[in-house]
Amino acid sequence: MAVQTPTREASGMPTRSAPSETGQPWKERWAGLFFVAPFLLLFALFLLWPTFSGLWNSFFNTSLAGVRGEFLGLQNWREMFGDPAVWSSLKNTFVFTAMSAPPLVVIALVMALLANRQGLLGWLLRFSYFAPFVLPATVVSLIWVWIYQPGFGLVNGLLTAGGFAEIDWLNTENRAMLAVVITTVWWTVGFNFLLYLAALQGIPAQIYEAAAIDGANGRQKLFRITLPLLSRTTGLIVVLQLVASLMIFDQIYLMTDGGPNYATRPIVQYIYQNGFTNYRIGYASAISYLFFVIIVIVSVLQFRLFSGRKEVR
Amino acid sequence: MAAVTLPATTRNSGPVEPRWNFPKVASVVGAVILAAIWLVPLLWALDTSLKPEPETTRTPITWLPEAPTLAAYQGVIDQGDLLRWFLNSTIVAVLVTALTLLVSVLAAYGFSRTEFPGRRVLFGLMIAGILVPPQVLIVPLFQEMTGLGLVDTYWGIVLPQVVAPVMVFVLKKFFDGISRDYEDAARVDGATRWRIVWSVMVPMSRPILVAVGIFTFIGAWNNFLWPFIVTTDPSMMTIPVGLANVQGSYGLRYAQIMASAVLGGLPLLIVFALFQRHVVRGVGDAGIKG
Repeated sequence: MAVQTPTREASGMPTRSAPSETGQPWKERWAGLFFVAPFLLLFALFLLWPTFSGLWNSFFNTSLAGVRGEFLGLQNWREMFGDPAVWSSLKNTFVFTAMSAPPLVVIALVMALLANRQGLLGWLLRFSYFAPFVLPATVVSLIWVWIYQPGFGLVNGLLTAGGFAEIDWLNTENRAMLAVVITTVWWTVGFNFLLYLAALQGIPAQIYEAAAIDGANGRQKLFRITLPLLSRTTGLIVVLQLVASLMIFDQIYLMTDGGPNYATRPIVQYIYQNGFTNYRIGYASAISYLFFVIIVIVSVLQFRLFSGRKEVR
Repeated sequence: MAAVTLPATTRNSGPVEPRWNFPKVASVVGAVILAAIWLVPLLWALDTSLKPEPETTRTPITWLPEAPTLAAYQGVIDQGDLLRWFLNSTIVAVLVTALTLLVSVLAAYGFSRTEFPGRRVLFGLMIAGILVPPQVLIVPLFQEMTGLGLVDTYWGIVLPQVVAPVMVFVLKKFFDGISRDYEDAARVDGATRWRIVWSVMVPMSRPILVAVGIFTFIGAWNNFLWPFIVTTDPSMMTIPVGLANVQGSYGLRYAQIMASAVLGGLPLLIVFALFQRHVVRGVGDAGIKG
């Protein structure tokens, strides 16, 4: 993938690339930088700088914004690796990812197959499947907390009406994560659905016509043509979805606040708590970097797999 | 649509496919059931918001309000900063979208069409920036904003969101695909690079710019984490942060909670309903080509 090559370059030593083109006036040579400058300035200020100042902070006992504390060396890092809350919130993050990513890919694919070439009905289907995605996390959480409400919430109302025992979804340790996953699938599946839909619409109709002439049935068309042709899109969606799921924070913070008994607290919330509730900036920075490294490893591994698959085809 | 394409295919291909067969019917039924499941939470929120408060907690649950009322909406608007948050969200989302488009178009042009010392290294650095999750930056970025005095300001909310390496990457890819002949013709006519960006590149990339714009707008309107971190003053909060902040203050008035959720979600639902075609095509363009 194109994404990979430049990344490797960036990690290597900056070589003086542009061999000064002969006779090119000074103004022309640097004109390009003028176009890139506004972006680079913001990039340096609000991405590069905090990335490195975060790493720097992780070696200090910084406790208040703006005041750098004493130098601790690797003490924050050592504490982090021995902190059971780090490991349990990492576990929650991985559990959430493992539970949410598969349905977010599979249901999106099913939706796209169903909504493709449906004429006028297609508008309604696309609207229904994608609409939740445009809602803010807070709105989604308000709606679903109400739906999961014990007693008179929609889900428990239906359970009791059907003669089943009701479940206190958000306050039961082994149900809360499932409840958040269901909410997340409902909320965000629309984006993957649109990616699949676009890919489906890019498959030329002639392929299907040729297959029909060869006597292929619907099942064969699906498994021999459609799904193989979607494999690149599937790779892209899996990469994006795994990274997005690992970044989980908003809806868990808003729906369960990490509870009950920290059973749903993800790593990002633990970073937030250390930084903004306990004011342990240095320690929060160390955990941020652990999380960063995990995200980078997952992304790089995924890109490897993804580009490997493309070469096979 | 179907009426236009169907006769054409039946005329061209040999064996005539039946218009309605079992798989076709099953897929339509399945699609509609799935759509209904996806719409129920939204409709249930709307339904609850139109009930008088006592009816919301009655068991067994009532499906439709017995006497629909807008009292909950009245209550929500009367008691809070909701209108102020709408204003803030609009200002923030418009600024983020406009600045992101401006800055990213210029950078994408620079990376796609010009040669300057260090271009490849800087581009690589930007691509590496895609890997940095915003969640990693909240702590140092908040410190930085405190130092710059930008906490509880629009610029404090807006500026970090303008840095979107992915958008630059997507636009650069798109620009790479535009033939240089157009620019060369413009240059022969005496156009400067600056003119070329606005009179050649931008008009030719309308669809991708609309897509980037719509997604930046949705992202900025809905962004929770960063505005939540950088605002403490309720009058500076955006809709998602403000609603989270007052979640508790409605108490057990579910009709009001749902009314606030409906109001918070409505603007973008309307935008999406109006621009669905652009959104759907935009995801395809950005996702598949990028």
